[in-house]
Amino acid sequence: MASSKGKLSALHSLPGYHGVYVAIWAVLPAAFVLAVWLLASPFFIENSVRSALPDTVKSQGAATTELMLGQVMQVANGLKRLSSDELAAVTSGSSNLREALAAKGVPMANAGEPYMVEAAQHYNSLRDGSRWVMSLVVLIIAIAGAVFAIRGISAPFRARNRVERVMLGTLLVASSIAILTTVGIVGSMLSEAIRFFQSVSPSAFFFGTVWDPRFSAAGSGGTEGQFGLLPLLAGTLYIALVAMLFAVPVGLFAAIYMAEYAKPVVRGIAKPLLEILAGIPTIVYGFFALVTVGPFLRDISAQLNGLVTGNYVNFIQAQSVLTAGLVMGIMLIPFVSSLSDDIITQVPRSLRDGSLGLGATRSETIKRVILPAALPGIVGALLLTASRAVGETMIVVLAAGVAARMQLNPFEAMTTVTVKIVNQLTGDLEFNSPQTLVAFALGITLFAITLCLNIYALYIVRKYREQYE
Amino acid sequence: MNMMSEAAVEKALDQKMNTVPFKMIGKDVSVYYGEKRALFDVNLNVRENTVTALIGPSGCGKSTFLRTLNRMNDTIDSCRVTGKITLDDGDIYDPSIDVVELRARVGMVFQKPNPFPKSIYENVTYGPKIHGLARTKADLDQIVETSLQKAGLWNEVKDRLHESGTGLSGGQQQRLCIARAVAVSPEVILMDEPCSALDPIATAKVEELIHELRTNYTIVIVTHSMQQAARVSQRTAMFHLGNLVEENDTDKMFTNPDDQRTQDYIMGRFG
Repeated sequence: MASSKGKLSALHSLPGYHGVYVAIWAVLPAAFVLAVWLLASPFFIENSVRSALPDTVKSQGAATTELMLGQVMQVANGLKRLSSDELAAVTSGSSNLREALAAKGVPMANAGEPYMVEAAQHYNSLRDGSRWVMSLVVLIIAIAGAVFAIRGISAPFRARNRVERVMLGTLLVASSIAILTTVGIVGSMLSEAIRFFQSVSPSAFFFGTVWDPRFSAAGSGGTEGQFGLLPLLAGTLYIALVAMLFAVPVGLFAAIYMAEYAKPVVRGIAKPLLEILAGIPTIVYGFFALVTVGPFLRDISAQLNGLVTGNYVNFIQAQSVLTAGLVMGIMLIPFVSSLSDDIITQVPRSLRDGSLGLGATRSETIKRVILPAALPGIVGALLLTASRAVGETMIVVLAAGVAARMQLNPFEAMTTVTVKIVNQLTGDLEFNSPQTLVAFALGITLFAITLCLNIYALYIVRKYREQYE
Repeated sequence: MNMMSEAAVEKALDQKMNTVPFKMIGKDVSVYYGEKRALFDVNLNVRENTVTALIGPSGCGKSTFLRTLNRMNDTIDSCRVTGKITLDDGDIYDPSIDVVELRARVGMVFQKPNPFPKSIYENVTYGPKIHGLARTKADLDQIVETSLQKAGLWNEVKDRLHESGTGLSGGQQQRLCIARAVAVSPEVILMDEPCSALDPIATAKVEELIHELRTNYTIVIVTHSMQQAARVSQRTAMFHLGNLVEENDTDKMFTNPDDQRTQDYIMGRFG
């Protein structure tokens, strides 16, 4: 401020930017060092303690050493809670270590040996020392950063541009975290799936028609299950199809009404209401299907059958493709309608006017001009919805049943890929049998399907956008 | 020489303008958008087989008036129209009138060319199909050909009728829109700044076209270009702040207007 001689306009950047610049220099390097220190110091300390352990322990192999190390750390935590008198008693060996620690609420697996106390004290002193040094170093770096930044400030200094660059960096880090996570998930699924394919051949998985994985209880090795994907895939696609058959007409008509006919008042109330449906957790839809829709369909089918044949036997199972599809369809309606609504309202007004100006009615305009113009976008929206239907889990877990079979009767139970993933991964597990690893193979297959659907949908939507820009 | 004689014929026509019968009569027309009043008791008549130009600065209500003539304002929720507008002595705001039929009789061409994202052929047949004007494929073909010919586009597109209408150049698109409007055989064609999105050459073609269409249709055109109004119209109406300032023969309007505001606007002193 002084160097600008009191004139604000002489500064390249507003004072606030200089402040932010100094703050960034004070905080960012210090925080970075702090993070690195916190991550790295336990390794060094553990190494030091490990080497301090008696040779008798080290000679027993890596596993024992790690076990002992764990105990030492527990003791170390415990020692901190002891008063100095008790501590003296423990170190001199006059009182039992285990009892003293147990009194403070720190349980120990065994009685503990004298060297442990020593090692634990060593550990504690190292850790405290490290904390002290760390605080000091971080503080010094923070002050140094701030001083460096303050000294760099002058009237023509471009603090604003520097701050801009830091902002850019922050945003970049945030987005790369999201992308890297996705890559990591795909990577871990792939590696597990590859382990699965080492024990089951890919052709047996992708083209097998029988799903019978047997039990995966520990120690029951030798039982070979059959892992045919096709019945699961058939169930998945069938249920998704029923859901789409239900959701597409309803959602599309709702969207047309919202976009073309509804008065602003109606639209203002109805659209958020419809979108609330999208906010209901799918597990809620699931038990809605389980306790309401399923039994209702079962009872009504029994009544219908009774009226026609006199035999009151239900022909729709409570858990069936129809139940799951219907409820999933209800869940999908808001997706279809709000996506299509956006696309329909994007059709330029001039096309509407052109058609109306030629003496077409509203419905003629919608049927002959707006829908054809919006069709590619709507198809893209439907593909996005379909990928949701394929990946949907909770509704089908509760409403579709677990019978893996290939059949065409929508009134019978079928099962889906997601249901089987849930089945294979719940309960007591050992993570090296094909029975559990198959879940990852299923997961990666599902992922590939939805990814393809999404990419294709985005491609179509983008192509459509270009048309009107 | 030919030009001269044509101009002479024009002159003769213009002088008889006062005897040409009215096609549409607007009486005390007012338009409100919600609370805001956009048009104040406009009394403007449109003569048969005449090009009437509506001029005036932006926001003066000329487009609004144009859109009352085929009730396009109905598509705007908050819009309300009072007064009386007749087409061949029939009140077009009468509750018993069919808006759809009215718009078939009073066609419209918009500011921005807005061909449907369909083929050229389908663009032209859109109206006739809706109104059932053609029974057979041959009838439709005939309508397409005559409409495109009237719009001066036939020779340019006859070999690619089934290509998309949006692939044409701006000027061709606008003439396609005119062909589309002509295809339903309207009596009146409303044009809302039809050349504002076109380059000078395309503009010249459309203006020439308007000239020719005049023999069969009554045309009302909104324009921002004074020269265009002078070139294509026989009658000119000047709007200002929602009021009709003056309506007169185009020649008189541009040489010796009655109203000072018209004089100022034409001379470029405002607007």
